[in-house]
Amino acid sequence: MNVPDPFAGERPKLSPFHPRLKALNVREAWSAWNGYKFAEYYYDAEYEYFCVRNRVATYDISPMQKYEIKGPDAEAMLNRMVTRDVRKIGLNRVGYTLWCTDEGRLIDDGTIFRLGADRFMLTCGSPCGAWLAKSAFGFDAVTISDWSDELAALAVQGPTSCAVLKRMGLDGVETARPFDIRHFDLRGSSLMVSRTGFTGDLGYELWVSPEHALNLWDALYEAGEPYGIQPYGEAATNMARLEAGFIMPAMEFNEALKTVHFEHDQTPFELSLDWLVDFRKPHFSGRSALLREQQAGPKYRLARLDIEGNRSAEGSHIYRNRRCTKQIGYVTSAMWSPAAKANIALAMIEPKFLNGEMWAEIYYEKELRHYSRVARCTSREKPFWTPARARATPAPDF
Amino acid sequence: MSVSSSPALDAIVIGAGHNGLTNAAYLAKAGLKVVVLEKNDYIGGAAVSRELHEGFTYSNCSYMCSMMRQAIHRDLNLSRHGLILVPYLGTVNSGDGDERLISYHDETAAYLELKRHSPHDADAMHRFQADLTRYSQLIRKTLLRTPPDPARLRPRDISELLFLAKQFWSMGEAQIYEYIRFFTMSAAEFLDDYFENDLIKAAMATPGIIGTALGVCSPGSAYVLLHHVMGDVDGNIGAWGLARGGMGAISNALAGAVREHGGEIRTQAGVRQVLVKNRRATGVVLDNGDQLSARIVVSNLDAKRTFTRIMDASDLPDGIREKADNFKIRGSSGKVNIALSALPKFTGVPDNPYVNRGGQAFSGSMETLERAYDCWKRGRWSDDPFVESVIPSAWDPTVAPPGQHWMSNFIQYCPPQLADGPWTAEKRDQFGQTVVNKIERYSPGFKDLILHMEVRTPHEIEQEIGLTEGNIFQGELTLDQLFFNRPFPGYGQYRMPVRNLYMCGSSTHPGGGVSATCGANAAREILLDLRRPNSVPEDDFFDE
Ligand SMILES: Cc1cc2nc3c(=O)[nH]c(=O)nc-3n(C[C@H](O)[C@H](O)[C@H](O)COP(=O)(O)OP(=O)(O)OC[C@H]3O[C@@H](n4cnc5c(N)ncnc54)[C@H](O)[C@@H]3O)c2cc1C
Repeated sequence: MNVPDPFAGERPKLSPFHPRLKALNVREAWSAWNGYKFAEYYYDAEYEYFCVRNRVATYDISPMQKYEIKGPDAEAMLNRMVTRDVRKIGLNRVGYTLWCTDEGRLIDDGTIFRLGADRFMLTCGSPCGAWLAKSAFGFDAVTISDWSDELAALAVQGPTSCAVLKRMGLDGVETARPFDIRHFDLRGSSLMVSRTGFTGDLGYELWVSPEHALNLWDALYEAGEPYGIQPYGEAATNMARLEAGFIMPAMEFNEALKTVHFEHDQTPFELSLDWLVDFRKPHFSGRSALLREQQAGPKYRLARLDIEGNRSAEGSHIYRNRRCTKQIGYVTSAMWSPAAKANIALAMIEPKFLNGEMWAEIYYEKELRHYSRVARCTSREKPFWTPARARATPAPDF
Repeated sequence: MSVSSSPALDAIVIGAGHNGLTNAAYLAKAGLKVVVLEKNDYIGGAAVSRELHEGFTYSNCSYMCSMMRQAIHRDLNLSRHGLILVPYLGTVNSGDGDERLISYHDETAAYLELKRHSPHDADAMHRFQADLTRYSQLIRKTLLRTPPDPARLRPRDISELLFLAKQFWSMGEAQIYEYIRFFTMSAAEFLDDYFENDLIKAAMATPGIIGTALGVCSPGSAYVLLHHVMGDVDGNIGAWGLARGGMGAISNALAGAVREHGGEIRTQAGVRQVLVKNRRATGVVLDNGDQLSARIVVSNLDAKRTFTRIMDASDLPDGIREKADNFKIRGSSGKVNIALSALPKFTGVPDNPYVNRGGQAFSGSMETLERAYDCWKRGRWSDDPFVESVIPSAWDPTVAPPGQHWMSNFIQYCPPQLADGPWTAEKRDQFGQTVVNKIERYSPGFKDLILHMEVRTPHEIEQEIGLTEGNIFQGELTLDQLFFNRPFPGYGQYRMPVRNLYMCGSSTHPGGGVSATCGANAAREILLDLRRPNSVPEDDFFDE
């Protein structure tokens, strides 16, 4: 007899790749993302990070939110919503973008895929169906469908990612430029490949319908076997994205629609994402507020810091002086970067102090005793990890 | 300094080993005009990677990295010069028979594995690790510092001695006694205090004999053990990693730093003689007869080679030649690099992508290790040697064609001179076969995978990179040759008995291994003498 599971309603959902992920999650290190069971890591977080930097690794991004936006008004509607000019995203191209409240506060970031003249896919970390519906107000000829459960997705990242995809039979994939979309036939199912990712390295994202997810996995892992292909989880993602200087919700920004306290959310300018705000395009949500902010100057700037010593500055305050009497900002994410061999951080700093001295007060624990150190910070122009292969076309084999 | 004959060069560094390159990088960074002269047509010395079989990049000598100071990596921007160090997981230690001991990163997995062999030892491992970490922390603090001279006692020697005393006393009385004992103990005695299982002991003992002319039961091997576990990868003390692209990537990145700061590196420029006038080094004569002069000369060669091969006895103060002749630099290791058509499998090892990937130590037992040493003492290579194998290509996609592999095998013991006459190509190959036979025992079918082999005895190592007697550390790591005694008592601060002559190789403190420390410390002393601001970092770890 089948006894009904009394917890059925509260158990996390399983990704289309779950049967394979489960077998490889030797450490049973699970968390959750958007209702799906999701791996923190599989075998060893640091090892997985190095697979991303040195070889090839896969990240199950099926729990990401995906929406199809379709119809004659689709382009105009999206252009009204996001800060970038959607008209400039060509066919089979992807654009990274932001969307804000009328007050210019950041709701979320994500990518827009142009799949046709009148057809787009928007992907983002948190559900935004309600905001999309609101943004479509006044646009009659647009339909929005939630594809989140209808599309499985797998990021394939790392220096040998292209070599593995070629070995899987994706002929010509090496000619895809960054942010290109390509379509392939994989053992009878259609596979969409975008040269995108969240690691700052060479990498791709693969999109298939859930019923073909395991076929894709098996083909990929067969091709990747000699390359030591390995799944990675949230922990390695967070390391790689920080080295690449990418922002994360609940780290660098508090999603505006979930923010209680006044201005505890952020603006694109505060996050130093000026290049994503296009004032030359037609009106968009948050435009006037952002224009005002541009003129007055933002209250904070997100800076990349190189900090002396090796202790991570996680949660540290940043001061203008070594004595730590004048606070000028705070660290949003920090870690020791194994690839850059530097103690790195992203931090929100009051702009007028950006060119002066900066000191982080770092707290750390050693066998239950607590210590603190004041460490000098240097601000860096470029991301900590920017290998040439990430931009090279044709993509190299390693 | 006489103005009339002021040389165009500030410094000549003899030898483009990784320490010579580190030294040159810091001198160039300080604005000096530097030339590095290397006898081979490639750079790197024992930190080198070469393609000897098409598609396969061997790390011909050193193969793993743990001692490289991250303060230098960071300071010289070696990541930007292409260096990335990748830690690797899980070494498998094999006993004489079917026993296998796997060292896992994951704490739970590691504990369960030890417990399978001995519940007692699984518990004891915690105390062992804590003690070893405490001992290594003290040494780690001295790595990027110039040792004090306890006889001269200038203000800086006194302050350096006080620094050490403070570190020492902070361990507490009981531990101070233990620590002093540690320096003269054998690895076997040290381990007996913790463990009962023989394979666990053998596995823990092998770092104590690597590169050493000592056996697991010889006094002094406990320190060598420490020398091999005091490194770290990204702060994980004792961890070992691979350089992406091979160990040569470290030297290449350092060469990048030398050039970035305007230094010059010349290959096929062997030095025949250091020129000395009025007890001052003034330059060098190359093998091709060319002469170069400079304000200072730095030797990356080992102490024996520096003072007996490229210097005239008459240029040296009394006693130095004897010291050089007596410098202990007995070679004891071989290296066999093998190109393979596929990944070998090892019996009794779980077949998963993390473990069965080539980190194999054929340790045998304490008895086997000691017997291996007995052969060396009698002028033979061990007939059942200790072999440490790594398959870098299972981790690094750049060093072998996809699906094919190269295997690095480090062998203990192999003597520099054979009792039955000189090394010949034939004997070298027999030594290679001994190693292959040993691996085949643990990996049936291994021989069929071999595409190419490079067999290196101490003889080849000396011929190619000039490590005297093939000693991998440029001089043995025994207390009489460590710290302020390295290379000779009274010369522990990188300045040599002739003015304007310095040493920067592993013959100096803190000794062998790919660490870049010797070169960096020597640069600090040179800059001090030349009255330049110091630009050489100390370790930037917050107190661990
Ligand atoms: C087989 C082997 C395995 C090892 N494994 C490891 C390991 O896994 N990990 C680790 O950390 N360490 C290892 N070591 C030790 C480590 O590689 C050495 O201690 C270190 O590389 C020495 O560096 P160095 O710069 O001090 O000297 P060297 O590398 O010896 O450099 C000296 C340089 O001087 C050049 N030279 C010699 N004579 C002349 C001349 N007359 N004129 C001009 N140039 C000259 C040589 O060609 C060479 O380039 C190993 C060593 C060996 C030999």
